[in-house]
Amino acid sequence: MDLFEYQARDIFEKHGVPVLGGVVATTPEEARAGAEELMGGTGSSVVVVKAQVKIGGRGKAGGVKLARSPEEAAQKAEEILGMDIKGHTVHRVMIAAGAQIAEEYYFSVLLDRANRNYLAMCSVEGGVEIEELAVERPEALARVAVDPAVGIDAAKAAEIVEAAGFAADVKDKVAAAIQQLWTVFSEEDATLVEVNPLVKTEQGDIIALDGKVTLDANADFRHPDHAELEDSATTDPLEAKAKEHDLNYVKLDGEVGIIGNGAGLVMSTLDVVAYAGEAHGGVKPANFLDIGGGANAQVMAAGLDVILHDDQVKSVFVNVFGGITACDEVAKGIVGALEILGDEASKPLVVRLDGNNVEKGRAILTEANHPLVTLAETMDGGAETAAAKAAATA
Amino acid sequence: MSIYLNSDSKIIVQGITGGMGAKHTALMLSSGANIVGGVNARKAGQTVEHADADGNPVTLPVFGSVKEAMAETGANVSVVFVPPAFTKDASIEAIDAGIGLLVVITEGVPVQDTAEVFAYLEGKETRMIGPNCPGIITPGESLAGITPHTITGSGPIGLVSKSGTLTYQMMYELRDLGFSTAIGIGGDPVIGTTHIDALEAFENDPATEAIVMIGEIGGDAEERAAAYIAEHVTKPVVGYVAGFTAPEGKTMGHAGAIVSGSSGTAQAKKEALEAVGVKVGKTPSETARLMREVLQG
Repeated sequence: MDLFEYQARDIFEKHGVPVLGGVVATTPEEARAGAEELMGGTGSSVVVVKAQVKIGGRGKAGGVKLARSPEEAAQKAEEILGMDIKGHTVHRVMIAAGAQIAEEYYFSVLLDRANRNYLAMCSVEGGVEIEELAVERPEALARVAVDPAVGIDAAKAAEIVEAAGFAADVKDKVAAAIQQLWTVFSEEDATLVEVNPLVKTEQGDIIALDGKVTLDANADFRHPDHAELEDSATTDPLEAKAKEHDLNYVKLDGEVGIIGNGAGLVMSTLDVVAYAGEAHGGVKPANFLDIGGGANAQVMAAGLDVILHDDQVKSVFVNVFGGITACDEVAKGIVGALEILGDEASKPLVVRLDGNNVEKGRAILTEANHPLVTLAETMDGGAETAAAKAAATA
Repeated sequence: MSIYLNSDSKIIVQGITGGMGAKHTALMLSSGANIVGGVNARKAGQTVEHADADGNPVTLPVFGSVKEAMAETGANVSVVFVPPAFTKDASIEAIDAGIGLLVVITEGVPVQDTAEVFAYLEGKETRMIGPNCPGIITPGESLAGITPHTITGSGPIGLVSKSGTLTYQMMYELRDLGFSTAIGIGGDPVIGTTHIDALEAFENDPATEAIVMIGEIGGDAEERAAAYIAEHVTKPVVGYVAGFTAPEGKTMGHAGAIVSGSSGTAQAKKEALEAVGVKVGKTPSETARLMREVLQG
């Protein structure tokens, strides 16, 4: 899960990373109150109103503005709230205390999949698009491998600071901030902690001015507080419904609903349906839905419930290879789901079953003889039939 | 012949008394795998009852530690079914005991835990497969994991895949030909055994005539495998990559399966593989057809 900047700021603060004051606001009035609080508390004569979106380049898009009074903060918030930044609607702004910046640096620590360890990256030339720096002047971006068994201790922090070429007067402070950012990475189970820019103020302090944090959802069981960080405002309602049922669902922009077992097979099913759709007016998959292993009637019903409530869906393709999942259980699930849903189930269902107990599974569906259900012999054949049915009713 | 697992493998199950552990211990035994016991510190000294491939009763001892289980049974393979919160400790225990092959089936392990375990493997004798994987099957010889043993039998094809159900689908498509070993390496961002490791092992396995490699979107493991194939693999390789039509920025179930920016797309992976002479199918059925052409001319 990617965090918003204000959430990253809060987490940084919790772990002792030096940050400036920041208040999140969803209305101009809240922005005014936030600016008053910050200006009163810090005596700062200026605040920054920053769009909270999980995408880069918001500054260039006009999503970051200076304000010199609470009234002006409210006015800037009014301008920014509701703005569209690369397809992301701005629902919140952060009012941040202003800083007198002397220098801008860059630091990140992230999971390095290729080397199966962590990678720290650091530069004395921050504040810019770091991807561009990495390509154009790779020597300006220090890359230091971090052993997951050790982490970033004092020695490793010193190595990173040395590699990046920091001046003597800031070395120790930057190294300290890097160790605190490592604490964020490690204790919050992050896969990415990025600070751009990490700044030196005119007073000589080191401050994390902007932060990007990605958390590992697999570690949620040891971070009950992470649940609050979930962004319910921008979650698709169908995705929210699927989440309630613990279904692995992603809404896409097409007409053929997809249900399958196993992430790889479902992804493959999306491909096969998209190819089949090319000959049927370009119909596409409407979603990714993995019911996982051991699917029973309830899971299948929940899955069908979500998909059949997607107005864009014109047909549904259920593609199951019974490995551990037994096909007769899946078939019972489909029949049971159609009973539970009754008249709400109104779209054609193409079902392809193979593997464990396939004969029993097919027999159950044949016997039920539901008018909406068509059995397919193969994955390709099922995709073809589902695409044709979607095109016919589109 | 085969890779990593054969009829001499003696397997223990960590978490043998849990729901998943018990279910799959029974299935592994019914495939003919030589399961010799299990581990659960809180149930040490107990036994569990199952049946072998012929339906005869089997009584398996539960040990307090992997070390003890290995000493008593001569086990050289452990299959891990413990919950995600305990997977790191269970893995480290098995590595410390010196297990030869560690197959971690558990799904949902925090990636920092896996990264720590992987760092711990450095200089140790253990090969880890997984986590979040279906494990490994050498049809007709042994099974360490959850792959159904009924799909197909022994044959000339070696298979390596990130995805479990795609492994089953591909074994099913090519069931008339059969497999030397099929290994599911798992879809997590950090895994113990990679495509490259499996390619190297299949290249050196006399029983494997051709290799099918299944990847999916995200990361650059397939691109690195392509570079390895160009340098080191002489046997024919057929590839498949799932997720051609997946949109950018959406995680498709596997934590590793997310496309960010232009890298990691199925198209980029296909091109990288084709550039080194790997035939890549756009669907499982096309991939199977390409494999048939390779093997049958």
